[in-house]
Amino acid sequence: MSALTVREKLAILSDAAKYDASCASSGSAKRDSLKSGGIGSTEGMGICHSYAPDGRCISLLKILLTNFCIYDCSYCINRSSSNVRRARFTVDEVVKLTMDFYRRNYIEGLFLSSGVIRSPDETMGEMVEVARRLRLDEKFGGYIHLKTIPESSAELVEKAGLYADRLSINVELPTDEGVKRLAPEKKPETIRLSMARLRQKMEEKAEPTLKTKKRERFAPGGQSTQMIVGADKTSDDGILHASARLYGSYHLRRVYYSAFSPIPDSSSSLPLQKPPLMREHRLYQADWLMRFYGFSQPEILAGSNDGMLDLAIDPKLAWALRNRGLFPVDVNSAEREALLRVPGLGTKVVAKILETRRHRRMRLEDLGRLCQSIAKLRPFIIAEGWSPGALTDKAGLRGKIVQSCEQLSLF
Amino acid sequence: MQPAELDLARYSVRLDSQTDFSGWRDAARRLALNEVKPEDISWHVAPDPDGCQTDLPAMPGGVQLLVPREFIEHAETAFCHSDPGRFAFLYRLLWRLRREPKLLAIASDPDTRRLEAMEKAVRRDSHKMHAFVRFRKIGDGDEERYVAWFEPDHFIVERNADFFVRRFTGMRWTILTPYASADWNGERLAIGPGAAKGDAPAGDDTEALWRTYFENIFNPARLKVKAMQKEMPKKYWRNLPEASLIPDLIAGADKAATAMIAKMPTTPAPHHAKVQAKHWSKATEPAEPDAARTIPKLREAAKGCRRCPLWRDATQTVFGEGPDDARVIFVGEQPGDQEDLAGKPFVGPAGNVFDAILDDAGVDRQKVYVTNAVKHFKFEPRGKRRIHSKPNAGEVQACRWWIDREFELIKPDLAVALGATAALSLLGKAIPVTKMRGQVIEREDGLRVFVTIHPSFILRIHESAEKEAERERFLKDMREVKRLMAA
Repeated sequence: MSALTVREKLAILSDAAKYDASCASSGSAKRDSLKSGGIGSTEGMGICHSYAPDGRCISLLKILLTNFCIYDCSYCINRSSSNVRRARFTVDEVVKLTMDFYRRNYIEGLFLSSGVIRSPDETMGEMVEVARRLRLDEKFGGYIHLKTIPESSAELVEKAGLYADRLSINVELPTDEGVKRLAPEKKPETIRLSMARLRQKMEEKAEPTLKTKKRERFAPGGQSTQMIVGADKTSDDGILHASARLYGSYHLRRVYYSAFSPIPDSSSSLPLQKPPLMREHRLYQADWLMRFYGFSQPEILAGSNDGMLDLAIDPKLAWALRNRGLFPVDVNSAEREALLRVPGLGTKVVAKILETRRHRRMRLEDLGRLCQSIAKLRPFIIAEGWSPGALTDKAGLRGKIVQSCEQLSLF
Repeated sequence: MQPAELDLARYSVRLDSQTDFSGWRDAARRLALNEVKPEDISWHVAPDPDGCQTDLPAMPGGVQLLVPREFIEHAETAFCHSDPGRFAFLYRLLWRLRREPKLLAIASDPDTRRLEAMEKAVRRDSHKMHAFVRFRKIGDGDEERYVAWFEPDHFIVERNADFFVRRFTGMRWTILTPYASADWNGERLAIGPGAAKGDAPAGDDTEALWRTYFENIFNPARLKVKAMQKEMPKKYWRNLPEASLIPDLIAGADKAATAMIAKMPTTPAPHHAKVQAKHWSKATEPAEPDAARTIPKLREAAKGCRRCPLWRDATQTVFGEGPDDARVIFVGEQPGDQEDLAGKPFVGPAGNVFDAILDDAGVDRQKVYVTNAVKHFKFEPRGKRRIHSKPNAGEVQACRWWIDREFELIKPDLAVALGATAALSLLGKAIPVTKMRGQVIEREDGLRVFVTIHPSFILRIHESAEKEAERERFLKDMREVKRLMAA
């Protein structure tokens, strides 16, 4: 077998990395190269440097160090029983690719993951070495996201946190039973423990040290994880329960949902179908309700029949239709918390309403100028000169809203 | 009244360039303070031949033009917009602001909305510039430079040059656009005249790698062309080296995805059996709880406890800790947030209070065994916090199996029930703890159980005198425990 070129390796190892949903480069500490004279900055807000035709943002060079792997997780293209072509980058190659891409402004930084070869520490050690070389030898100030291998040693994780902006460990599936069935060698217990240790480390490093009174750097962009949706039978309620647990327990910045996508040379234990993209989208919306709209996890789907999110309408509207007794809400007097629960009102619009109504009473047409559509909104609010009357409790309301919002829907 | 003169404004202002904000600001200040109405001014940009500057009125002495502070920031951003009417619009806004100081807070006002829309367009264009500028390398070694050609919708080069300086400090680079250019020589930023696409290099070898990446990171099973175009409109494509791949990727996507789904699972790769044998042949024996004859073995066995469903949401089993010949066992309720993370009992805030009071009472923490009635953390997630929930009788009952083993192996003289849940676990029935506090109850098997409150109770008291009194009572209980230990 002749040696692969860098370009051939890049083709194999980016193809192998595309099932990881995260490409975020946001949420880290602000940093620039003015002092170091090096290359790279992070400005808080992430930047998407390109978009693939799958609509997903390309922000980072997302690659695997190697797709050789001793694990045999049936949902993964790189599982040891797969016949996919294998390749392995050297540390030098990854460092050079990252710098070459970054200098041309193709990317915000690097998202490095890897199959596990020989031992977790050996693989993790090489990943940390890439990050170290970028930071120290190349004076690289861009974004670095390292996928942490749960079984790797505490010293390596500590070093990883020193150089990386974000660390992540994928829980892969919402239940331990699912992991046991589809990824028999993975240990959910170890994954939890690793996330717990990352949270402890982040909290410990957030405190100023006794000696220097300065805070030591440790993954300023926090930790995140990914769950595959649709590879097992877990309901949306079950998935959101797992997310709420992960946010609460390990202070994750993000939980990513990845609609299970058919992979080449797939295992027979998995559904062979197109990925449930709308379901994935609704899960993200529900996740937003928990993080920014004051919803607790159980209430999002309380009262639904099957614990599944409605695919035709967004989760807030679905919730409001099940809880009509709480509406209509008066936009000129209601508290922020109540406004956030009105379908069609996002956090920014709510902030604008709160500001504007200090100076004038708001009418329906004022809201029309602030929101995308008032069709969703009308039945749930009272405004100056507008009251929905019996509309709020009307039987065919769901159908009517769906009809009037159809041209605005995502697909 | 005189007949209105055709289109002839009283004042004509000529700005130096499209981005001459200070020129506009100076003129606007003079005109506004002289109460010149918006409709009496026409605005021009050099070298527009129609717009020669008329003499502007002088600043009246002793008056200041006061506007809300945020207006200047908003205006500076909107000023970069390509709309030729922006100079007049911003002046009108200034005019209205002097009469309606709260105007900018009224999000539904048409002028406020227009200002916001203009700013949004400028910010989006800036963001897209940060994203879609593509440098091409020319020269090597000391001659190495990076040059980009970019076509913004608005006048944003000056505004965004600093971003590229902060990011590419260690590089020499030039960004060319039709109306202006920015150049960084490694030390100094220079804004220069516009250029043409032909002035920028035509290619760069690294683009082949970037295109390879773009092709392979795309997942054909998730084709969403509209979502892509919303964020990366076609107008940008001509300057993106990867964009020419898009039509073929879209055309081939369905075929690629269907092929992936249709492809039957194949036989495992040849190396798979070897990997399995080498790494996964040692099946780990699950520890057998019944056979555990020492505390460490029991602790190991408890790691996989499934006697109640609480393990599902917790991080780990938090087992008891202390010497296996301890004369006293303290039993708490359940691990909390910190204990769940650390895997050790009594290390959180309540544990700290407990430790401090034990120390005051002269009880050596190293010589006692501490454990919990329930060994997994039960909680409700609330955002980034976990709210403690009280374990129910079934969970206490399920976990009692472990407590009983711990007592069997350690055989202490005394048990201390910290709180109601511990008392329920040790005595098999609910008792009023505050009433029976300080009492010793002897169980049928002869074990003496000292009843007191849980130290977290002290933490929950806000009033400081009362808190101190409660601490004293608990200290007294611990002194009594010490006395009972010695007896």
